Formats: sequence, structure tokens, C-alpha cells
Amino acid sequence: MFEFLDLERYDLFGAFWVTVQLTFYSAVGSLIWGTILAGMRVSPVPIMRAFGTAYVHIFRNTPLTLIILACSQGLYFTLNFDMGAGKDLEALGFRLAVLGFVAYTATFVCEAVRSGINTVPVGQAEAARALGLNFFQVLRLIVLPQAYRSVVAPLANVLIALTKNTTIASAIGVAEASALMKAMIENEAQLIPIAAIFALGFIILTLPMGLFLGWVSKRVAVKR
Amino acid sequence: MSDLSVLYDAPGPRARRRNVLIATLFVILLAAGAWWLYGTLDDNGELDARKWDPFVTDSRVWTTYLLPGLQATLTAAALAMVIALPLGAILGIGRLSDHWWISKPVGAIVEFFRAIPVLLLMLFANEAYAMWTDVDRSDRPMYAVVTGLVLYNASVLAEVVKAGILSLPKGQRDAAQAIGMRKSQMMTFVLLPQAVTVMLPAIVSQLVVIVKDTALGGALLGYSELMRSVGLVSANYGNVIASFVVVAVIFIVVNFLITSFASWLEGKLRRGKRSTGVTVTVDPGAQVGGVGGGMAVAAPPSGDGEKA
Repeated sequence: MFEFLDLERYDLFGAFWVTVQLTFYSAVGSLIWGTILAGMRVSPVPIMRAFGTAYVHIFRNTPLTLIILACSQGLYFTLNFDMGAGKDLEALGFRLAVLGFVAYTATFVCEAVRSGINTVPVGQAEAARALGLNFFQVLRLIVLPQAYRSVVAPLANVLIALTKNTTIASAIGVAEASALMKAMIENEAQLIPIAAIFALGFIILTLPMGLFLGWVSKRVAVKR
Repeated sequence: MSDLSVLYDAPGPRARRRNVLIATLFVILLAAGAWWLYGTLDDNGELDARKWDPFVTDSRVWTTYLLPGLQATLTAAALAMVIALPLGAILGIGRLSDHWWISKPVGAIVEFFRAIPVLLLMLFANEAYAMWTDVDRSDRPMYAVVTGLVLYNASVLAEVVKAGILSLPKGQRDAAQAIGMRKSQMMTFVLLPQAVTVMLPAIVSQLVVIVKDTALGGALLGYSELMRSVGLVSANYGNVIASFVVVAVIFIVVNFLITSFASWLEGKLRRGKRSTGVTVTVDPGAQVGGVGGGMAVAAPPSGDGEKA
């Protein structure tokens, strides 16, 4: 049944490894950028709030496919923006894809963090201010630690979505799992087994992630 | 603006000065970024009038590429929604069944389709139609896109339906049982009609996800939807950046309208007579091939600051 799975010819594990790497770098990037955006959206400076809000609305309502393609065709082919990859096409596609994923996923991280900030009781921040902490200290020492703890579950959802979204990188020629699947179903007449293998691959990636982070979110939840 | 009060007091004179300073620095930073972008675009001649003019002067851009593309996007989205809703309702009710031999398999199906990228479902559907049906080659991308979207979104909507039914006050079930209704009667006459009002906003929000996902079909299956028109327009006029911007704006406007409608609906239903004041929201993470997962049942009006 599985004789079509010629690992010499189809680098199955390599393809999923690319998916994992895409997910990892994009997750780190969007966590950082998303937190900065969330900070902007709750800051006392109106212009920052406006920028954060505009950014989130624009990027959240644009299809991720369009963002990824725009990174490739717009930034690279039209503006020759090569992200320091030079002539290395593989690295180039990978970096452009990560850039697009970060730009898009950060909006969801931002909204998750912001809703987490809203769960922190006002008394916490009032107490912190009564001690004389300034805005950044309140944010860093009191509010964000509590916000992050209540935000593990929504962030887990964002991470799982990101893992599945990395398949879109195949649109700009990154050799990840869905690109390999496309090649395999075109070459082999074994649709069901091939689809089953790739489906299983993604389930192996996302299911433990969900279960583990669900457990973490229960562990660290702020008991109130 | 509930979060305002959490983080800072009304600013005094010093805080105000500092805020002005931060704002100034931020504006300078933004301006620098905008200047760099403008310079780069200008150096590459992307701001030339001849690249942007066609969208205003040449009606063919709209009639040949953009509007048919938009129509294809909306058609696929509408079809997917119309087919996924009843399926989702059946799956959602199935998950709540008292018989384990119904609820367990249905639960497995729902979880399975939520764990898989929607693109994989589309690729699979595309090949399946090619192998086992005689769908016309030119129609196949559309069939594949809609099938992929239906499989995935039915699972997401199943969770919405489940959450909606579970959000109803327990007294509704008790009362239905007290007057001797069967389980099926209770579902059709008592629970579902009330759950629909709870679920509507979440269902409308899911439309945004579906509209965005149709673009996958354009990029990878050759479905001639709105995003594919970027390539067609820029091939004719050599204006890659301009066509990306215009198409993105169309998408943003469409999705913004849908989102606004969902918020308006939510407000209307909350004030409505038949509502319990509870709403189900799909986790915002639900996006392209969304997250599924997060269903939150929001308590009656919480006075969230700005509703996105």
C-alpha cells in the first residue's frame, strides 16, 4: 500500500521540517511584534493607538495569501528587497514568507494580548500606581505578567492557526509540506494514502500543541 | 475604553508633556518609514501616474478583471457558507447527542477537519474531482475551493452551534422536559430557535474567514477569483504594487462591511426581546484555516471599549 512513498524521491520529513521552522520563526516574530502592537493600542498616546488600530484592521482583513504574494512579487521582484538573502533563492522565499506570516499573525497576537490586558482587575494597576510605578513599570511588572497568563489559551489557538497557515508559503515556492503533497498527488495515483499521510502529519503537529498548551493555560491561570 | 482605566490615570501636566514627546518621536519614526517607502517606490517608478491611472481611466480593468474576480470570490464564499451551515448544524447537534455512538464519531470528524490546513483539503478535493468525477476542467477549481471551505467551515460552525446551544439557560431544557417534550422536539422548538440568535454574529464573522480563504484557490488552484486578478492586471499594465494595493483595498472594504454588519447584528440581538443577552464569539484566531478551537461565550453586555 505504501510502496509509492519513495523517501529517496520525496523528502517527506524535510518538507515537514520546513513547516516546523516556518512556524517557529513566525511564532517568535509575531509574538514580539504583536506585543508591541498591543502596547501601542493601550498606550496613552492617541497617535500610537490610531496606528495600532489601523494596522490591525488593515492586516486582519487582507487575505494572508495576498500578503505572502505581495511580499514575494511586490517587495522582492519589484522593489528588489531581498532581506539579506542575496542570491540564495531558498532562504529568500523562506524569509519573505516569515515576514508575511509575522505581519499577519501579529494582529491576532495583538488582539489576544489586548483582551488579556482587559482581564486584569483595575485594582491591580491602581495599587501599582499608588506605589508610584510609571506606565511602563505598571505594564511590565504588574499588568503584562498577569495578562500573559490568562492569554495562553487564545495564543495557543493563534499558534495552531499559524501552523496550518504555513502551507500558504507554497504559493511563493517554499518547499514545505503542502508543496510536496501537491507534487506527490500529481505524480502518484494514490490520492487517499498520500492525503492521509499529510493529514496525519499536521495532526501530529497541531494536536499535541493544543493539548500541551491547554494544560499550561490551566496551570498558569490566575486564580481569582 | 475599559483598558484605559486599567493602565493609567488621567494624565497630569508632566504626563501630558511626556505623552506629547512620545507622540512626536513616534510621528517622526512613522514619517521616516513613510519617507523610506515613498523613496523606494519612487526610485522604482511604482508611483508613476501611468501605473495608477488605469484603475480610474480604463474601465476595462474593472469590467474584465476586478469585478468578475470579486464576483467569483463572493460566489465561492456564499456557496461555501450556504452548504456549510446545515452541515455544521447537524454536526453540532450530533456532538451534543446523548448516544456515545453518535457524539464520539461526530466529535472525531469535527476535530479532524479542524486540525488540517484548509489548503490540504482543497488540494485533495481538486484531485478527487479530477479522478472520480467528470466535473468540467474549467469548473474544477471552483468545486475544489468550495469543497475545501465547506469541510473546514462546517467543523468550525459545528463548534459555534454547540456553544450556542450550551449557552442557553438550563431552565429552558428543564421546562421543555417538564411539559413532556421529546429530545427532538426540545431541540427543534425550544433550543435551536433561541440558539440561532446567539449564534448569528459568530456565523457572520465566519464569512470573513471564508472570503479570505477563497484567495488560496486563486493562488494555488487557478480559481479566477479576485486575488488572481492582481497577476492579470499587472501583466497588462506592469503595475504590480498598484494592483496589489487596489485588490487589498477591495478585500478590506468587503470584510470590513461584513464585520460591521456582524457587530451591528450583535448589538441588535443583545437589545432584542428574544435574546438571553449571551453571545457566542469565535476566537479571533480563527482565520485562514482558522483556529477553530476557541469558542467563547460572552456574558451579557460587558461594555468592551472599542468593538473591532
